[in-house]
Amino acid sequence: MSTPTTRAETQIHNIGYRDYDGPRLGRAYARRSLFSQSLRGAYGLGRSAKSKVLPMILFAVMCIPALVVVAVAVATKVKDLPLDYTRYAIFTQALIGLYLAAQAPQSVSRDLRFKTVPLYFSRPIERVDYVLAKYGAMASALFVLTASPLLILYIGSLLAKMDFAEQTKGFAQGLVSVALLSLLFGGIGLVMAALTPRRGFGVAAVIAALTISYGAVSTLQAIAWSTDSLGAVKWLGLFSPITLIDGVQTAFLGATSSFPGQAGPGAGVGVVYLLVVLALVVGSYAVLMRRYRKVGL
Amino acid sequence: MIATESLSKRFPTGVPPAKRGGVTALDRLSLDIGPGVTGLVGANGAGKSTMIKILLGLSPATEGRAEVLGLDVATSGTAIRERVGYMPEHDCLPPDVSATEFVVHMARMSGLPPTAARERTADTLRHVGLYEERYRPIGGYSTGMKQRVKLAQALVHDPKLVLLDEPTNGLDPVGRDEMLGLIRRVHTDFGISVLVTSHLLGELERTCDHVVVIDGGRLLRSSSTSDFTQLTATLAVEVTDTDTHPDGTAALRKALTAAGIAIHGAPEGTADGLPGAGHVLLLEATGEETYDIVRDTVADLGLGLVRMEQRRHHIAEVFRPEAAAAQPQEAQAR
Repeated sequence: MSTPTTRAETQIHNIGYRDYDGPRLGRAYARRSLFSQSLRGAYGLGRSAKSKVLPMILFAVMCIPALVVVAVAVATKVKDLPLDYTRYAIFTQALIGLYLAAQAPQSVSRDLRFKTVPLYFSRPIERVDYVLAKYGAMASALFVLTASPLLILYIGSLLAKMDFAEQTKGFAQGLVSVALLSLLFGGIGLVMAALTPRRGFGVAAVIAALTISYGAVSTLQAIAWSTDSLGAVKWLGLFSPITLIDGVQTAFLGATSSFPGQAGPGAGVGVVYLLVVLALVVGSYAVLMRRYRKVGL
Repeated sequence: MIATESLSKRFPTGVPPAKRGGVTALDRLSLDIGPGVTGLVGANGAGKSTMIKILLGLSPATEGRAEVLGLDVATSGTAIRERVGYMPEHDCLPPDVSATEFVVHMARMSGLPPTAARERTADTLRHVGLYEERYRPIGGYSTGMKQRVKLAQALVHDPKLVLLDEPTNGLDPVGRDEMLGLIRRVHTDFGISVLVTSHLLGELERTCDHVVVIDGGRLLRSSSTSDFTQLTATLAVEVTDTDTHPDGTAALRKALTAAGIAIHGAPEGTADGLPGAGHVLLLEATGEETYDIVRDTVADLGLGLVRMEQRRHHIAEVFRPEAAAAQPQEAQAR
């Protein structure tokens, strides 16, 4: 039964301003929302079609070698995968670097450049929430990129009826390794990108940081190896992100080192590698926190 | 809504610690702002933006305390920001997303669940006057439309209070009027209290219930808008010349002075030598009756009234009475 009064009320409500009496989910929810928006954004989801192209292509290119390896393994019925789980990220490091260079500036430089950051800080979230959400999203995006091919390899190896226990162990070690890599690379990429509101500079800085350090380290390692100073090889590995990961997984995750002469660090030096990785991750976080103290409102 | 108690904010400068006095942005400011539309007026650098930062709990006060919606800014920043909207002075919109996507995201950042965020976004954008264009990327918007999006993101979570920092900046006169009308509606139709900053007193006079003037971080004056207009209204009157009165302006000036209305010394524009210079009389309106006297005097003289309008003031004129008083005297002496 609708009386005239209620009908009139309904009309007014439809035309005029409506108050919001629903729930306000607060700070933790806002942080989660920022995290998911950033993670989706890292693959171009919820953004323009143009911005989906690069991350999707890189994702596909990342997975193709894994599919090929699996196809060959299944067809030839080999007993073991021709490629270790832990080795995959080392082989594809250029792609990972390219992805990071493209997406880290996208994630943070845009907010700085268009001065959207003050809008975030005028809402319930605080600086720590913003940094955690952005860092978490970048690391997760990298993890998706690096772990997906490992998952393909693992499923493929099971389809090829390889030894279950051995494959599961290898897969788990690979996952731990790429998780560390994602945290390390994500931190480095975001710090580089957050220092400049210009996206181009951010892209260049990330690529430079990754390739120059790797180029220098591998050249010096090769020189050290050819002059028979094997001891130096493992210490030199501390100075570039990807060789750091290589060192950690050689020491603790049963990987074969890609250093010259396979002169990876043992458990003792491995601890130093691990500490350096953790220090870089914490350091990146601290730098980001410092950076955003300046750019609030 | 807002209460501050001897609120001070000093920024350290780059000088050596020994000499550190710093820049004082706010100097023992005590305010009590009630519901409604309140204007915060001050020249650039008067401390308006600093005040807003403190009210949002983003920048600690050096001294004193402030409360927003009954919550202390020093301890309840998060709770305040959940219930307060903020529209910054500068550009803050990414050009590559649509207004809808952007405002939905901002609604979620304020804690609204996804469905509510979408509904509120559609509603709010409609209320600020964005229709079909809200699906297009913001990069293609005009300044007026961008200002509306900025306002929408401040209103989308249905705050109790919005802080608008120079919302009419960069708008043309029509856009300005529309924005001011919208701000008025935010209070009258939406029931949201407004604190709006500007360096133009004139535009706030028309929009606000209450105006607070700060200068150099100190409170210059705080009173309701009606007080201001009564005291300060300046009328500009322009009349035609007729055969009986070849110089209509002079005749009117004489008649009005006789009727006891204070006329500001130099007719507007004489100094500049602009066309029509000397044809605009500036007189002080003391109340409603002034309008009647002007109308009757003009009619009695048989002149044509070209215009009669209220003039916008520059803050300095109104809030430094000594300066405002000195000006006409000086002009008369010439």
